[in-house]
Amino acid sequence: MSRKTTSEPPRRGPGGGPGFGPGHAMMAGSGAKPKDFKASFRRLASYFRDDVPVLIVILLLGIASVAFTVVGPKLLGNATQRVFEGVVGQQFPEGVSKAQAVEGLRAAGEDEIADMLASMDVEPGQGVDFAEVRSILALVAAVYALSALFGWLQQWLMAGVAMRSIYQLRRQVDEKLARLPLSYYDSQPRGDILSRVTNDIDNISQTLQQSLIQVVTALLTIIGTLGIMFWLSPLLAVISVVTIPVSMVVTVMIAKRSQKQFAAQWAHTGELNGHVEEMFTGHDVVKVFGRQQEAIRVFEEHNERVYEASFKAQFISGLIRPAMMFINNLNYVAIAIIGGVGITRGTISLGDVQAFIQYSRQFTQPIAQTASIANVLQSTIASAERVFELLDEDEELPEAEKPARLEHVNGHIRIEDLSFRYEPETPLIEDLSLDARPGSTVAIVGPTGAGKTTLVNLLMRFYEIDGGRISIDGTDIRDVARADLRRTFGMVLQDTWLFEGTMRDNIAYGREGATEEEIVSAARAARVDHFVRTLPDGYDTVLGDEALNVSQGERQLLTIARAFLADPEVLILDEATSSVDTRTEVLIQEAMAELMEGRTSFVIAHRLSTIRNAETIIVMDHGRIIEQGNHAELMARRGFYHDLYNSQFVAAYDEAS
Amino acid sequence: MTRLLVRFAKPYRAQLALVLVLLFAQAITNLYLPELNADIINNGVIKGDIPHIWRTGGWIIAVTLLMGITSVAGAYWGSKVSMGLGRDMRRAIFSRVEEFSRSELNAFGAPSLITRNTNDVQQVQMVLVMALSVMVLAPMMAIGGVIMAIRQDVVLSSMIAVIVPLMGALIWVVMRRALPLFQSMQVKVDRVNQVMREKLSGVRVIRAFVRTDYEQRRFDEANRDLTDVQLKVTQLFAVTMPAMMAIFNFSTVAIIWFGAARVDSGAMPIGNLTAFLSYIMQILMAVLMAVLMFVMVPRAAASAERIQEVLETEPTVRDPEHPVVPDGRRGVLSFEHVEFRYPGAEDAVLHDVSFSAGPGETTAIIGSTGSGKSTLINLIPRFYDVTGGRVLLGGVDIRDMDRQALWDRIGFVHQRAFLFSGTVASNLRYAKEDATDEELWHALEVAQGVDFVAEMPEGLDAPITQGGTNVSGGQRQRLAIARALVNRPEVYVFDDSFSALDFTTDARLRAALKRETAEATVIIVAQRVSTIMDATRIIVLDRGEVVGIGTHHELMETCRTYQEIVYSQLSEEEVA
Repeated sequence: MSRKTTSEPPRRGPGGGPGFGPGHAMMAGSGAKPKDFKASFRRLASYFRDDVPVLIVILLLGIASVAFTVVGPKLLGNATQRVFEGVVGQQFPEGVSKAQAVEGLRAAGEDEIADMLASMDVEPGQGVDFAEVRSILALVAAVYALSALFGWLQQWLMAGVAMRSIYQLRRQVDEKLARLPLSYYDSQPRGDILSRVTNDIDNISQTLQQSLIQVVTALLTIIGTLGIMFWLSPLLAVISVVTIPVSMVVTVMIAKRSQKQFAAQWAHTGELNGHVEEMFTGHDVVKVFGRQQEAIRVFEEHNERVYEASFKAQFISGLIRPAMMFINNLNYVAIAIIGGVGITRGTISLGDVQAFIQYSRQFTQPIAQTASIANVLQSTIASAERVFELLDEDEELPEAEKPARLEHVNGHIRIEDLSFRYEPETPLIEDLSLDARPGSTVAIVGPTGAGKTTLVNLLMRFYEIDGGRISIDGTDIRDVARADLRRTFGMVLQDTWLFEGTMRDNIAYGREGATEEEIVSAARAARVDHFVRTLPDGYDTVLGDEALNVSQGERQLLTIARAFLADPEVLILDEATSSVDTRTEVLIQEAMAELMEGRTSFVIAHRLSTIRNAETIIVMDHGRIIEQGNHAELMARRGFYHDLYNSQFVAAYDEAS
Repeated sequence: MTRLLVRFAKPYRAQLALVLVLLFAQAITNLYLPELNADIINNGVIKGDIPHIWRTGGWIIAVTLLMGITSVAGAYWGSKVSMGLGRDMRRAIFSRVEEFSRSELNAFGAPSLITRNTNDVQQVQMVLVMALSVMVLAPMMAIGGVIMAIRQDVVLSSMIAVIVPLMGALIWVVMRRALPLFQSMQVKVDRVNQVMREKLSGVRVIRAFVRTDYEQRRFDEANRDLTDVQLKVTQLFAVTMPAMMAIFNFSTVAIIWFGAARVDSGAMPIGNLTAFLSYIMQILMAVLMAVLMFVMVPRAAASAERIQEVLETEPTVRDPEHPVVPDGRRGVLSFEHVEFRYPGAEDAVLHDVSFSAGPGETTAIIGSTGSGKSTLINLIPRFYDVTGGRVLLGGVDIRDMDRQALWDRIGFVHQRAFLFSGTVASNLRYAKEDATDEELWHALEVAQGVDFVAEMPEGLDAPITQGGTNVSGGQRQRLAIARALVNRPEVYVFDDSFSALDFTTDARLRAALKRETAEATVIIVAQRVSTIMDATRIIVLDRGEVVGIGTHHELMETCRTYQEIVYSQLSEEEVA
């Protein structure tokens, strides 16, 4: 029953967990474009509704942290300026006033230096004023410390909010899954649902943890830096502002191209993975038909495509950094030249130029960051949409408003004019009627695809019928709470389901709160007690994932034990067709026979003895009951059942002789 | 990891050298820039020498351009080499796995091999990309930065000796706490996946036993566990960046403070202070980047180890050096005292199995689970090699035959029919690429597949999804049988291949098959006695030993195990 994942989740880089460095942002482009970005974004945001106060605190902390970071260089610039002034002041003899010094310079024809000096707060003959420098630096240190503290608090709080909402999202999906009808499970590849719960939610989680804070900080930094730059020098600021659109355009241009390649890389990787999975899973078939060379040839094609795309993606995205550096340095030179001229003309101080240079360096990084996060966000929203899609699936019909109680059930099942179709156009079951008296056995036979399993699904109300009705002791099953109905039914399917846990837990699954004695006696009735006791830890032996260390037959016995424990009034059994060895098969037959005693039983039968002993045999073909009766009656009719019965033995004999 | 990289890097030696040179050039230009910046301030701005500013500015742009070119070239060759290495590794793994016999495949498990083939290679590849940019550049920059800083001012450079260890200590503390958390997180993620997988596969049982609440609690527990660990990791990392930034910023403050004194005393020109700051920043950045990148290394190293494991595993089943071609005795298959034990197993699965099967004969193998039926037939196409005795086809030990030649003579149908994605036709042509449509229809006719294939709108070109999930189990089996028929091999092996078929189809198929395989040797493994009663010979296996060989009637007289099997399945009248 293993289904392959057909659709790849929009995934980001190979690294799980909080990623570092370029690996995170650059690998993000999945190419998975959200369908309605705005709506989905808003819906994702709604998960934070309860956290609005905390979010406001986070935002305030962010503003404070960024403000302090932004102010830092300006203050440092002041300190540098004091040092510079001290150095300049030393060059003049003590006792000369600043005006005199300026005059002297002009007289010497050093007009530019004179201008510069005039604009400075220089005390000729005085060295660096260390007291002032110290107080400035102390202030800077305090500002930086606060910035760090706020930054930390902000991220710490955000982690809590993000993780809580992710927890909620996962929980919501889980609860939703419990309300979805079985048709959803049948129509959706298992790997795909699983991928939504894990990969997609993980993807969202990473963005919430890292990128959100980053993008807020980046935007605040851009605004703050810009503000302070204009304050320092409007002229220099204008020059730097020009670099914003330039950097943006360059980043977006490169990112767009690299994103296309990343998308191609992931798509090709998906195809490669598909091929590898198929070839490894069918390894024996590939070998026995001698097709390794062909497999390798196809692999090479995929591999080459992955290589081409990943090389291009890597190379193109690798261009962002040098491009940014180049723009940054151009900006630097422009500031140095204009700033230099300004300083010599005395229109701007050296400290300000220095601070400005630091600001302009701070500037390009958040821009590049914002651009790359925009990519991450695309992939995140695409993931969110996949999760929302699941959350929006149609649920099972609501329970009856005043559900009828099923008490002291006798197990009289009536099916009247039942009709059902999986797809609207193709009727599967039509006008099916059946009356199963309490304690009787109904054997369902027919070729593969005749609708035998569908009938079981309808009895358990896994699917809703389209017409007619099914009643138990006269009560329509739709008037009963699903849980109540299903407690009345016991089910032993061929597709045994055991989970990782002890033998005891697996058997106890049949009924909540079963005692040890009840479990053991159920195991004994199912003829599996002996087997369990031969295991190293007896009932405490842990079944591995998918229970590979227990044979198919033993697994079936365990599920029979479960049914014994549940002690239902009505039974649904699916007889094994193969893969069970003879001795175990005898045990299964005995256990099933005991289980069926005194209960109304529906058996999807393959064994003749079961069929012949059944009170009613239903012969199904193409979703219809084509014959109904006991063995003798049906044989006498010489119809489909007669042929079916004979074909198994007589035909084989004829061919043989 | 080193070994793996050295092995695969060989063809790229020249490119690698080029990348290193480019990175070196990048480092030098990077380090040269602050010097120019200092020059602009010292000799231009302060002295009011505008032409000097222009000149130096021009230089800066030239150097920047050069740096840009080297980084672009570096990115080009770096990506080329690392992605090329990744491609080569994938190819090597895939080709190696294609050589594997069932033993090696099972030892790893298909899912694990798939992960190794793609995901693990990706890990190594990503580290390689990083290595060929940041990781190599960082130490160059750090060392260069130290040299340049010392050139600016020796005394002030002693600061580096304080700052760098401080950062190192911080990173060490964080990592020491983070690594175990990361590991534990991986375990919790697995747990959430596992619970969800169980829930999805067992949805019918869960609902049948009304255990939805219980399952929700189970999932919630896993979810909560995961959330707790994730929260811890995230909160731990919340402190990292602000702390790093604080160290950065405090360093700047300290440098200006100590630098001011040196400038004041005339020991250092003021422009050098600016340059010094740039160098310190560069060193710190380099250290930070390098360390953060090195976090990726442990994971990649684990991946490299897993890749290496695959590449170092030698296939146990191999082609002989001098293959022998069987002579005229077409289709005679004999087992001579065959013994087989799984690698590392104490007991043999098969002991002393001998029999011979010829063309036109049907040999059935029956026995309980674990009796060795499947193992026995798996020896025929050399999924495994015998550990004692020999298997002969046409009088030649199959180990002396070219495997391709051996497989050409065998039509093997697995218990679980496996179809490839593609079309009905592409699946049927798997054994014989040039088969005509008539041949395919004929095979389908025998396999009782004509009806449903003809019913599909696209007929032979009807799409088949991976694993054949879009056709029913019975149809899948019939297609797999048809696939084996197309090639008209000498020997047919059916491993319980009729189990998904209903009585009627089963009987018809068997009858048609009998005519089709009249000149071939047929080996059938079966569970149902009714399906093999007419075989030429029935081999009864019990715990790896042959406990009876003969026809149904002979065995009914002589073989107790056979009788037990028969009585458990058929009623008295049917037995007779």
